[in-house]
Amino acid sequence: MNKLVNITIDGQKYHVQEGKNLVDAAKENGIYIPTLCHFHGVDHSLGTCRICTVEVNGKTTTSCTTKVHEGMQIEVNTSELQNTRKALIEMLYAEGNHFCPSCEKSGNCDMQNLGYDMGITVSRFPHVYSNKVVDFNSDRMIMESNRCILCKRCVEEVKTKEGKNVFSFVKRGVNTRVQIDYEEEAKLTDAEAIHAMNLCPVGAILVKGMVYEQPFGNRKYDFSGDLKLPDVEELRLKRQKNKYIVATTSLAGCFGCHMSLLDIDTAIIDILEVVEFNKSPLTDIKKFSKHCDVGLIEGGCCNSENIEVLKEFRKKCDILIAFGECAIMGGIPAMRNFVPLKECLEEAYVHGLTSEIGANTIPNHEDIPKLLDNVYPCNEIVKIDYHIPGCPPNANHIWKVVKNILLNEESTVSHEEFKYD
Amino acid sequence: MKTFTNNSPRTSLMGVLWDIQKKRRYIGHDDMTKISKTFNISRMELEGVISFYHFYHRKHAGKYTIYLNNSIISKHKDFMAVRTAFENELGIKIGQVTEDQLFGLFETSCIGLSDQETSALINFRAFTDLTPDKVKQIISDLREGKSLEALSDYPRNNIRYTPPPEKTIFLKPFMRGSVMNILKHKSPQEIIDLVKDSKLKGRGGAFFPTGMKWQFCRDNKGTQKYLICNADEGEPGTFKDRVLMDSLTDLLIEGMAISGYAIGATKGFIYLRAEYFYLKDKLENTIKEYYDAGLLGQNINGIDGFNFDLSVYMGAGAYVCGEETALIASMEGKRGEPTTKEHFPVEKGFLGMPTVVNNVETLCAVPRILEMGVDKYLAIGTNATPGTKLMSVSGDCNKPGIYEIEWGMKMKDFLDLIEADDPHFILYNGFAGECLSSQDFDREISGENLLAEHIQFDYRDPIEYARKMSAVGLRSGGSFMVFNKNRNLMAILKNISDFFVAESCGICVPCRTGNFLLNKKINKIMLRHADDHDVTEIEEWSSIIKQSSRCGLGKTSTNCLLTAMLKFPDEFKEYLNARSDINHAFNLEKAVSNYNLIIEEIETSYE
Repeated sequence: MNKLVNITIDGQKYHVQEGKNLVDAAKENGIYIPTLCHFHGVDHSLGTCRICTVEVNGKTTTSCTTKVHEGMQIEVNTSELQNTRKALIEMLYAEGNHFCPSCEKSGNCDMQNLGYDMGITVSRFPHVYSNKVVDFNSDRMIMESNRCILCKRCVEEVKTKEGKNVFSFVKRGVNTRVQIDYEEEAKLTDAEAIHAMNLCPVGAILVKGMVYEQPFGNRKYDFSGDLKLPDVEELRLKRQKNKYIVATTSLAGCFGCHMSLLDIDTAIIDILEVVEFNKSPLTDIKKFSKHCDVGLIEGGCCNSENIEVLKEFRKKCDILIAFGECAIMGGIPAMRNFVPLKECLEEAYVHGLTSEIGANTIPNHEDIPKLLDNVYPCNEIVKIDYHIPGCPPNANHIWKVVKNILLNEESTVSHEEFKYD
Repeated sequence: MKTFTNNSPRTSLMGVLWDIQKKRRYIGHDDMTKISKTFNISRMELEGVISFYHFYHRKHAGKYTIYLNNSIISKHKDFMAVRTAFENELGIKIGQVTEDQLFGLFETSCIGLSDQETSALINFRAFTDLTPDKVKQIISDLREGKSLEALSDYPRNNIRYTPPPEKTIFLKPFMRGSVMNILKHKSPQEIIDLVKDSKLKGRGGAFFPTGMKWQFCRDNKGTQKYLICNADEGEPGTFKDRVLMDSLTDLLIEGMAISGYAIGATKGFIYLRAEYFYLKDKLENTIKEYYDAGLLGQNINGIDGFNFDLSVYMGAGAYVCGEETALIASMEGKRGEPTTKEHFPVEKGFLGMPTVVNNVETLCAVPRILEMGVDKYLAIGTNATPGTKLMSVSGDCNKPGIYEIEWGMKMKDFLDLIEADDPHFILYNGFAGECLSSQDFDREISGENLLAEHIQFDYRDPIEYARKMSAVGLRSGGSFMVFNKNRNLMAILKNISDFFVAESCGICVPCRTGNFLLNKKINKIMLRHADDHDVTEIEEWSSIIKQSSRCGLGKTSTNCLLTAMLKFPDEFKEYLNARSDINHAFNLEKAVSNYNLIIEEIETSYE
């Protein structure tokens, strides 16, 4: 096994140990191939997530299942392969229900981190919003199938002392999910249960009472750094006479993104010298009086009025930017997509803890906008040009993107500015 | 019920589940407790196995379980009327069971009877050429307690064409034991060399050189080797293996014995798809006759040390099990998930031992090559693909059925042969194959001058395509579905997509969700909500699925869609809107209809 062989990765020649797994062989030589289902120290490669897809001798395959041998020609970072890998992560986001702001594993999540790495602002695929099982039945564990990416790590690695499976795949196709065997799960030690949770690359397996241990900023994938406000001087130079016209709105959101936008504090005064706000809650202008350069949309669409406003923004703005998770993928309001509408209304107005005592009616009037069957991300209603993720997005992040769009420049966003939660 | 010993070998799990399913019509909670104890596996793992195969039920599936074929060929015949007739007669919908638990009605994908659609299986007996009247009769007869066996149709073989006698290889009489005698004078290596010389390649559609596969297995140091005949003929539109097994059972058995002799396997299995349950008795009876004649078992035909045992293993409804590693997993009593191919079955296959998996047609070809001699065999067909090929023909032609043709026949001659009057598009090689148009009719059916698959996508211009591809052969696993101009291409593509959504094993995201999302896109096109941007997305997504799927099922699942888009752009354009910034698929009225209903309900309750 100690024999060295020559391989070529992206045109560079390397000497590596024969028979070594390609992910590890590349890593030793400073080449990073992203993985999800593959994990360190376990040699039996699962090949389920497909994220490490590369080209070996002209054929696409996964690097975790490839053992290197003499003369192997490997492409890792062609734009096509990067696009494929990104698409796979986006597909995982679209297929599950990944609400980072409300997820216990946020900040410690391998998939979320890959999202940051690849700079995913939105999934190119429409969200499926399938209603999967959240299983609380086990005394110790929660299985949140909405977040499960079916990497099979837990199925293969977590066994009882007798060698029986604790987790198993059931059903097939889009209905495949992981199911806990309660009886076998009870036989695990606490340490083994926590191991199972840590094994999970997302927030699907949780041990009750054992999450949220680390504060924000200290989580596995948190970065802290010096955030710098964008310089508005450039904008000023570029356009001296006419101001850029910007409109903003909050649809099914909490106005948190607008609050975040104001976090630039006094810099807003500089910005106002080059930017004029038209329809926006900031100006309280209710109707468009001009055609706008940029429209900023917070929140998804939960009712008929949201749809109307969004379509109007599309017509009145050259460029539409969805900012915040809700606008991008429905966010917290979209969590109602898994509950029948009638139950939602009854919970809110009749049976809920916060409804008035004695209340027995769901308010309705022709002036009240009609609720949609689901909460929709903005890009499923109209074309959205740019997406700024975050809950809320960092103020610097928002202004950086807006500025670069107005100046027609490439924008780069640093890891610490770029967050889904 | 069978009594199990503790720690039964996992390989018997599928059979145990079948016994219970057949007897009780479902696998109950207590059965599962018992089985999981017997096999020493966790309950959920067992649940995982049961829920993977669609012929196992966790709820009562009716004393008579009806599976109606919903593949496109069936739909083009009488599917809708037949389904309605079943639903009306039984008073239930698809997926339900009558209150008296007498009948359960389900849909299933292609059951290998495409030349005699509309067809259904009732307790795995075939019912072909169904019409609403026939359905009425069947149901009332069954209610009266008539015998299912007497009512069922034994599938016709519909052999339509064979080449001139000197060139016919498969479809002619076979003398039992005739080839076994040849083995007396040939060493296993000589047999493998013969097979190598014959250029025989896997006839399931992958075309891996058979001789090479056998050599790998023979050279492996493993102590126990296995041979598996892949009779999980799941590719929609193929039924040649059914006809071979039915009409030339001896040929298959001897082919397997020879293969076992050559590779050093002492145990063989026929993995038969559950849809062909009606062939099981015939296969098993013939195997028994072979044992009785000393042509199977120990020291076969008096050849010292030639030991080969053969048995039939039943699948339980999963297309993906036609993939050899999934098939092996299934035989091991697991979910039929393909492996990562770190090891090929010839290295580590069934129970971790070297295993050869061959298609029925491949195994049937071997005795014929021995019988006629390699030279004579090589003189038939073309250089790269000698011999003949069995084609399963269905769709819009006057003579659907089985054709044995010499490799090298021109596509247009074949279309004449099957009497396709108005061929417009062809699904070649099944749902995982490709879509052919009149641009391909001058090409020949063979494995000559094959190109790397992606190259054909470079020829966007139809004239360039026809010119560049004219000399390129069309290699086929045997499924041939032809459609005339009146058929709706989108509906066919939708049926293909439905099939892959239902049959994806679910282990990797591109295949599992990619196909599901493509299915929604096809809906969008059919509802005329799409624009050219959607078509571009379909193309991109299809390529991603193709590039990154874990096994052949996913990799080939978008072939038909991609080739259809390449060859029939106009049929797509017809459906498209002008590019727009607004998504027309979103319908506000529909999205608020639920809310309107709730409010209406509240208001009426006031009054």
